[in-house]
Amino acid sequence: MRPLLAVDGLTKHFPLRGGLLNRTKAVVQAVDDVSFEVGAGETLGIVGESGCGKSTTARLLMHLVPLDHGTIAFDGKAVGAGAELSRRDLHRQMQMVFQDSYASLNPRLPVAMSIAFGPLVHGLAKSASLARARDLLQAVGLDPMLFANRYPHELSGGQRQRINVARALALEPRLVILDEAVSALDKSIEAQVLNLLIDIKERFDLTYIFISHDLNVVRFISDRVLVMYLGKVVELGPVDRIYREPRHPYTKALLSAMPSMDPRRRTMDAPLSGDPPNPINPPSGCRFRTRCPFAEAVCADVPPTLTMGHDGRAVACHMLVSGSGHSRA
Amino acid sequence: MTDTPAIAIAEPVEALRRAQQGKSYWKRVWERLRRDKVTLAMAAILIALLTMVIFAPWFTAHDPYQGSVLRRLKPIGFPGHWLGTDEVGRDLWSRMVYGGRLSLLAGVMPVFLALLVGGFLGILAGYAGGLVNSAIMRLADVLYAFPSILLAIAITGILGAGLRNTILALTIAFVPPLVRISEAVTTQARHLDFVEAARASGAGTMRILQYHILSNVLGPILVYATSLISIGIILAAGLSFLGLGVTPPNAEWGLMLNNLRQALWVDPVICALPGVMIFITSMCFNLLSDGLRQAMDVRL
Amino acid sequence: MVPVVSVEGLRVRFTTPDATVSAVNGVDFALEPGRVLGILGESGSGKTVTLRALIGLLPRGHSHVEGRITVAGHEITKMSEAELREVRGTKIAMIFQEPMTALDPVFTIGEQIAETIVRHEGVSRADAYRRALDLLEMVQIPSAARRLKSYPHEMSGGMRQRAMIAVALSCRPAVLLADEPTTALDVTVQIQIIVLLRQLQRELGMAVVFVTHDVGVAVEVADRIAVMYAGRFVETGPTETVICSPAHPYTAGLLASTVLGAAQGQRLDTIPGTPPDMTSLPPGCSFAPRCRFAETGCHHALPPEFALASDHAVRCLRVAAGEIAVAEPSLAEQAVW
Repeated sequence: MRPLLAVDGLTKHFPLRGGLLNRTKAVVQAVDDVSFEVGAGETLGIVGESGCGKSTTARLLMHLVPLDHGTIAFDGKAVGAGAELSRRDLHRQMQMVFQDSYASLNPRLPVAMSIAFGPLVHGLAKSASLARARDLLQAVGLDPMLFANRYPHELSGGQRQRINVARALALEPRLVILDEAVSALDKSIEAQVLNLLIDIKERFDLTYIFISHDLNVVRFISDRVLVMYLGKVVELGPVDRIYREPRHPYTKALLSAMPSMDPRRRTMDAPLSGDPPNPINPPSGCRFRTRCPFAEAVCADVPPTLTMGHDGRAVACHMLVSGSGHSRA
Repeated sequence: MTDTPAIAIAEPVEALRRAQQGKSYWKRVWERLRRDKVTLAMAAILIALLTMVIFAPWFTAHDPYQGSVLRRLKPIGFPGHWLGTDEVGRDLWSRMVYGGRLSLLAGVMPVFLALLVGGFLGILAGYAGGLVNSAIMRLADVLYAFPSILLAIAITGILGAGLRNTILALTIAFVPPLVRISEAVTTQARHLDFVEAARASGAGTMRILQYHILSNVLGPILVYATSLISIGIILAAGLSFLGLGVTPPNAEWGLMLNNLRQALWVDPVICALPGVMIFITSMCFNLLSDGLRQAMDVRL
Repeated sequence: MVPVVSVEGLRVRFTTPDATVSAVNGVDFALEPGRVLGILGESGSGKTVTLRALIGLLPRGHSHVEGRITVAGHEITKMSEAELREVRGTKIAMIFQEPMTALDPVFTIGEQIAETIVRHEGVSRADAYRRALDLLEMVQIPSAARRLKSYPHEMSGGMRQRAMIAVALSCRPAVLLADEPTTALDVTVQIQIIVLLRQLQRELGMAVVFVTHDVGVAVEVADRIAVMYAGRFVETGPTETVICSPAHPYTAGLLASTVLGAAQGQRLDTIPGTPPDMTSLPPGCSFAPRCRFAETGCHHALPPEFALASDHAVRCLRVAAGEIAVAEPSLAEQAVW
């Protein structure tokens, strides 16, 4: 089965300029050699903390930010300038919902117009675009009679996020990237929007990439999950298996750092100390080694590669590769 | 379950949003302006002034160009000339009203023209970024380095006096600050999420400018331009005072200030009158632009 | 034991030209020394406003506060701004969600802590700096001596939060108010701060009022939980009771709709509708429009606080009458994967 989206070796480094001649002072290694595939109809979750590069990855996929290295192939066709699939055509296949529901909507436009903008730009007549916008408002659970002419500031966070989903659907894409789409919402509203996303996925036969820092939500909605740390993929696999049996030390720490829901079993010790380090000048070798309780000399010398196991799981850790030089391998 | 629109929205902040249903941004700005008494008063004064100035013949009894050697420098309250007469016997009140035409024109027109040119260049620079931005901004910086009054003096000094040259000089002086502000707000707007979302929809530059950028940057640019008018009026009067602006025998407040200097020892109050008009007009525009800025700071 | 925080009949209204918002509509509680109360609610529930009322930090012009608040023997509701300034930092301290805005960017951490100590306790600067060093070590900031000279922007999010805690605890307050201090932090940092706060609370014997919208955080931190909705406490009780056997339909709905409560692939059990309009609350129970157990009586009469047990109270007419029992499966059992 050909994957709907195949990403290989995605790399993006941002130079930090400064000084008199705007010379490059340092490099933010935001995304480094990230590779994965997304099958049609599945939901791939991407989790990680600040600085892990998940949002940058989303923007690279959407071509909102130019790549340094790597290839992206949508439905087998290479994407890029002069390639089979142009940026413009890619945007008809792949759309994104952003985190900040308020900032993602033009405060000067009525929401129906915000939704209709995409089709309008791709050549649909204004009246037809607005008609499609009204249909989509209905599909996301908002009565077009009441909501079409409202402005973003008149709506609640949950309603705005529904508008953003409708906007993403306006171009009839096949894949939707949800970048922290429910993170800013209240829990009860988050539940409603998650239900909506599941309904929409079924109804419009979509594929999702769901980016979030909330491990519970990712577990609920994803089929497979990708764990990122400081620009690198550290673990990848079916969601239940990874949550039940995490293999990478970071994934283990991440999962055990979640607050306990049982008052009788409170967390006594934090699994990791310190903050996630800065993606400027990341540690050599394995980027997690500075916080890893099992770090050894080989971890500083050799960066681990993401090795795919036979069970569909991939981990990037020397401890799990025999012959790597790690004492626990 | 879906949102039932009948059930209202969250948060104290949300509750306030609910109280302002169905209103576009400009409607809300208008509502806030309506409640601002100071701004309303300023607007009223300016409208009254404009009316008088445009319909000058209805508000004055004498010809502003008609002098009388016998009636030179008559004081305030003199029968027939309620504000007195100037140094060649012309009715001061008529001179003030007719003078308002040129003073206002010379103050407002340059800002309007500079808004067109500077606004266009600034938005272009802000949206394009990169080399285009650098080129335009550095060019603007060169002009910006000169204090506006000196620049205006230099230009009128070269081109000669007269209303047209005054307007040209002031326009050139006002283009750089307008380029700056336009570029600044456009650059800011360019990085907003909804502009990124518009790019993600595959929209080209023109569409994005048309639907997303313009409506969001025109507000702050307009406010800045309004505040420039108050400066424009003062600068225009200043140029005329120096003899580089409007030429005699035309009536213009700055010119009148210069001519009435002779009356300083005779009747100081008359001397100050054109200055008072300049002050009132300039301050009104200034406070109006402040009020506009506050009203536009609708951050719900 | 004399409670260190006592709130009676608290009501807070905000007036603006557009509308009047009734943010808090009748809150009563007492907190004993050394205990932690978690106020759990969504945005708009009034939890932050309640917290700010406890320390007198509500905007003077636009807010109307009714009721009585007594903290560490001081009647906050009757004090002037000058009197409040004496009490803030010494008897009662607050930590906020965003440390970058709560810390002054132009002073080093050491200076900010020392300034608080010098101002309130009048010791010499040298002594104050020594105490600042101790405090930084107490909040487990590595290389504390070096960090005394750091500016807030030079520190990571977790460290800034620890620094803010150090500033708050510098004069050993009896009561600590925490306004969602972990919401803006990454998961691995959040748990560090939670563990730290629990440790410090035990060591210093402080009473803590902790506001959060995250059930997990409330479970980790609080001895008692008060669930807040539309400006009122709808359920209060020991953490175990409220989480494992919630009595109020809203609490049960909230717990059930957290993602933890659902099996993958199924739909989440949601509370229908949206939170109420705080400018015009419906008469009767504010939750009634969204409650699946609501009857006609619920829409007319405001339910009083009914004691289900000596330490468990709930605001629901039907629960009080014994007509319904919201027995939801315990989240704790479901949480083990």
